[in-house]
Order: sequence, then structure tokens, then C-alpha cells
Amino acid sequence: MPVMTIREAVSQALWEEMERDPNVIILGEEVGMWGGTYAVTKGFYDHFGAERVRDTPIAEGVIVGAAVGAAMNGLKPVAEIMTINFAFLAMDQIVNHAAKIHSMFGGQFEVPVVIRTTSGGGKQLGATHSQTPDVIFAHFPGLKVVAPATPADAKGLLKSAIRGRDPVLFIEHSTMYQERGEVPADKDFLLPIGKSDVKRPGNDVTIVTYSKMVQITMRAVKQLEAEGIDCEVIDLRSLRPLDLGPVYASFKKTNRAVIVEEGWRSYGVGAEVAARIYEECFDYLDAPIQRVAQKEVPLPYSADLEKSAIPGPADVIAAVKAVV
Amino acid sequence: MDQAEHLTLYQQMVVIRRLEEKSAELYQQGKIGGFLHLYIGQEATGVGAVAARSPHDNVITAYRDHGIAVACGMEPKVILAEMLGKVTGCCKGKGGSMHLADKRLNFWGGHAIVGAHIPLATGLALANKFRGEDSVTLCFFGDGATNIGYFHEGLNLAAVWDLPIVFICENNQYGMGTSIERASAVPEMRQKAEAYGMPSARVDGMELLAVHEAAAAAIAHARAGQGPYFLEALTYRYRGHSMGDPERYRKQEEVRRWQSDDPIGKFEAVLLKRGISPDDLNAIEAQAEATIADAVRFAEESPFPPPEELWRDVYAEPEAEPQPA
Repeated sequence: MPVMTIREAVSQALWEEMERDPNVIILGEEVGMWGGTYAVTKGFYDHFGAERVRDTPIAEGVIVGAAVGAAMNGLKPVAEIMTINFAFLAMDQIVNHAAKIHSMFGGQFEVPVVIRTTSGGGKQLGATHSQTPDVIFAHFPGLKVVAPATPADAKGLLKSAIRGRDPVLFIEHSTMYQERGEVPADKDFLLPIGKSDVKRPGNDVTIVTYSKMVQITMRAVKQLEAEGIDCEVIDLRSLRPLDLGPVYASFKKTNRAVIVEEGWRSYGVGAEVAARIYEECFDYLDAPIQRVAQKEVPLPYSADLEKSAIPGPADVIAAVKAVV
Repeated sequence: MDQAEHLTLYQQMVVIRRLEEKSAELYQQGKIGGFLHLYIGQEATGVGAVAARSPHDNVITAYRDHGIAVACGMEPKVILAEMLGKVTGCCKGKGGSMHLADKRLNFWGGHAIVGAHIPLATGLALANKFRGEDSVTLCFFGDGATNIGYFHEGLNLAAVWDLPIVFICENNQYGMGTSIERASAVPEMRQKAEAYGMPSARVDGMELLAVHEAAAAAIAHARAGQGPYFLEALTYRYRGHSMGDPERYRKQEEVRRWQSDDPIGKFEAVLLKRGISPDDLNAIEAQAEATIADAVRFAEESPFPPPEELWRDVYAEPEAEPQPA
């Protein structure tokens, strides 16, 4: 199987879907001549042309709004919002329009739009450019929120998002584009949206996570293994739909859970998943569920300070040791 | 336009007026919930402009949408059923007064966040242009929407991409209760289009034929591939912003002055001058009354959506639908 980076996997998925369906267009800031600020669409403008790879003004509201309108009217737009921090400028289009138009008009319109964006801190970009507010978007029924952790998942889930009939916020992690992994070469490699993935089976603790924290968790799990603690790791892959079946199955085996996310703890993924485990698996509970999350401060610029606020393997290890 | 077309437009305006009066009544009876924004006084802008479109041209508007819906060909019974929250409404009772739409009529809604449908209009137009179709998108909004960011992002993109859009500002002179003098840096909304190099016109929105003529020219401009056009129609709403408006911001004599300039009365005078008999107009009036009476009956007798409808159409893909819980 070919090995490639997440950048290459996302790029390949986009390229193949544009080759496959002439209604797929890309629009966003610097997606064309520049080749994408994360170089995901490098070469697209020359190959597919300015009609299908559309550079836009720096105006997030109309980028998403135009994509939603074009999706209603038969195109399959992939809008790129440079970072999720700028998605707040398009918040109304994402949550009041993309997420609601199908339902609110009684099902007459479909909005098959994909909004690609990047999330996550760790690049010394300061408080407004470093957030991981993924969960905010997952609050809204009608929207799908996908956040892959591997190159294969990035390709398979993005292709499903583009071919699908519903609006999808597709969140890539800004520091993971160079991560490598095996990716099926199949042009029809599709992964269903809304299926968690058991990354590692284990018997002692269930760790639920997604996106970059999968990688952080796997590092922690390796160290814990050396100490004789056997963790099961589940990658949610999408925050809406949220597939907790594998989580409940795992918890009924381990009776202990840790939830790891990069965003802030309050009202977060950990809060949601823990509540659901308490509701569904109360009789299986052997220890209070632990949450690993970002320190509740706006992320600072200074490198060591920033690093200290974002969860790392040591935080995961401490949480696991608290439940076993 | 020939005489038959004139009578059709007259009939549409009368139907809208009667529909709105009836809506107000049903609202006061508690049968219509939420917000209700009446179109009374503005009939000539929607009817005149939409009459100039071809059936394959798109129409999209804001929340004051009942009149535009009628002009697009939506039946009053489907509109009233939607307002009463009935399953026979155009959105199966999920949208309400502010969210009327019918895809088959190329009427893309009824959108209730001020200005937010202006970006949607750019997307609608982009899709048509991308496919090489000659459809034009008519995007209606009020003067209030010209002060919001979406308006400027949308007009700029439409101009940069040469999109076939006619932006139609129904300037009724108040954004809710705040007059344009108190909310807008410039007195004429079309001045804002000049910032985007967009050609524009300002027309008397109480004169049906003037609106129609101006809209036809604007649509022709956009259809010919010359990019977007901005049409401002000066009009007035006789009722409050919504049903809950105390109207402390304007004087009754101002309302009365505009009522003496009534678009229906003025067009009636034009028709009589052109030889239409009062009997013909009375017949249209009677027919409109009957249409609305039938529509009320239909809406009242229609069932509410069944409980399971709550879980439908959240997503287009059936497997994604949430499960009842």
C-alpha cells in the first residue's frame, strides 16, 4: 500500500473527486494561484483552471455563503477556511444556513457542501490563531463534523464527505500535515462518516480521543504498556454523528475511561462522552472518568508556555494512572 | 406587457393585500405563531420585479417573504398552511412565515437572518454561470440589510466574479424602527453599489410598471453577461415591522401620506385609464377574496405534522437521521 502524508492524502482525495465529478469546485483564500496556504491544492489551479479552483477575497462569510448557495443549486463545493479560528466569521453561514436549510425548508433543498479547515495549537500563533473549538460546531444538528487522525482516514472520509448529500465541516490538524501512513490507492476508497475506530485493543482502560490527540495518546499508551497497563484506544473520527457504540462495548470490558481532547475541558468532547458513558454504562463504572484537555486559558505565544497548556503524553499517562 | 398580463399583476397585488390582511387576523387569533412581517404597501416592488423574470431565473429574499412568494407563483393556500404550521405547508410546517420556499418555482426562500441570503444568492448565481446557463438571480432585501457585512462581502464577490445577479433593495425606509437617516451613512442605498463599480438605478417602488421596466432592464443586463446590477425601489410598509411593533418611531400622518400613494390604487387608476372596466377590476377583487377564503379553509382543515416528522429531514442522507430519543 502506498505511504503518504496527510497533506498528500487530502490532496489526492480532492484531486480524484474533481476528476470524477465535474461539479466539484474548490473555493477559498489562496486555494488557486498560491496553491493553498498549507499547500494542499498545489497544482490544482493549473490543472483544473480558474473556474473550478476559485480564489476568493478574504471574506469568510461570503466564502461559505457562496458555497452553500452553489451547493443548493447543484454544485459540490469544497470551501476552504484557512483556519477554524476564521470560521467564526462564517459561523452564521455554517450553523444557521448550511446546517439548517435542508430541514427548515422541509427537505426541498440539499446542501452538499464540504468546508475544509484546520484546527489546533502548537505553532506559536497566539491566542486568536491557535484554538481547537471543534466541539462548538458539533453542537448543531444538521451539520457533520469530521476530524481525521491518519492519512488513510483523511482520504476516505474526505471522499465520503464530497460524495455525500449533507454539509460537512472537515477539520484537519494544522500540525499534522507531514504525518505519514499507508493509504489505499483505490479511487473509490470511502470510509463511512460516523464510525469510530478502535486503534488499539486493550483490557485495562478505555481511552477515547480524536484528531492529533490520537497520536499523543498512542505515545502515552506505549509507555503505559511497558508498565503493564493495557489501554484500548478509540478514535471518534467524527464528532457529529458521534458513534459511541464501540466506546460502550469497550467500557463494559475495562470499566474505566479517559477522554483526551486538545480543546478546553469545559463543555467539551470529554464532558459529552463521559456523560453518555455514565448514562449508558453506570453499572460498569469502577472509577470516575478522567478528562484530559487544554488548560483553560487563551493560548499564549511564548513556546514553552503554549506547550504547557496543550495536552501531551504525560497528561494522558497521569489520567490513566488515576483510573487504574 | 399586454392587457391580460397587466390584469394578472393587478390580481397578484390584490391577492397579496388580502392574504396579508387575513394573516394579521389569524395572527391576532393566535393561529399563526412566531413573527409575522406583512408586505402591505410594498406589493408593487415584488410583483413588478418578479414579473420581469423568466421561469428559470432564481428569486431569493429575506423574511418579509409572503408577497414575493405569491409573485413567484406560490399558492396562498400553501403559504397559509405553512404559517399555521400545517404539514401541507410549503415546508411541511417546519419553516413558518419567514421561511417560505418552493424549489419547483425557483423560489429559494425566505431567509430570516438579515443579509445572510445575499451570499447565498452569489452561490446560486455562480452555479448557473458555471454550467453555462443564462439564469439570473433576483436577490431582494431591505434597506436595513445594506448596513451589514454580508451585503458588502456579497456585492463585492458578485462584482469580482461578474455574477448574473440583480440586487433589489426594497427601501421601505426603516430597518425595524430605525430610519435610514439614523442607520445609513448615505441616503440612497444604491450609492453603496457604486463602491463595487456596480451599475444601479433608483425607481419609485409604488409604481408597478416603473418597477417592472427597471427590473426588466436590470435582468437583461445581468443575462447579457455584464455582471450584477443594483436596483433600489423606494417603497413603504403600511404596517409595523412585525406584528409586535408599537410604531413609536413614525407619525401616523407619514403613514397616511404613503397610503395615499398606494401601489394598488395607483395601478388601478392606470388600468381604468387604459380602458379596463371597473367591473373587471371588481371581478378580480371578488376572485381574490374567494381565493383567500379557500386558502384559509384549506389551511385550517389541514393536519399538523405527525410527531415522527420531528426526526425527519435533519439530514438528506436517511442513514444520518437522528434516532428518536
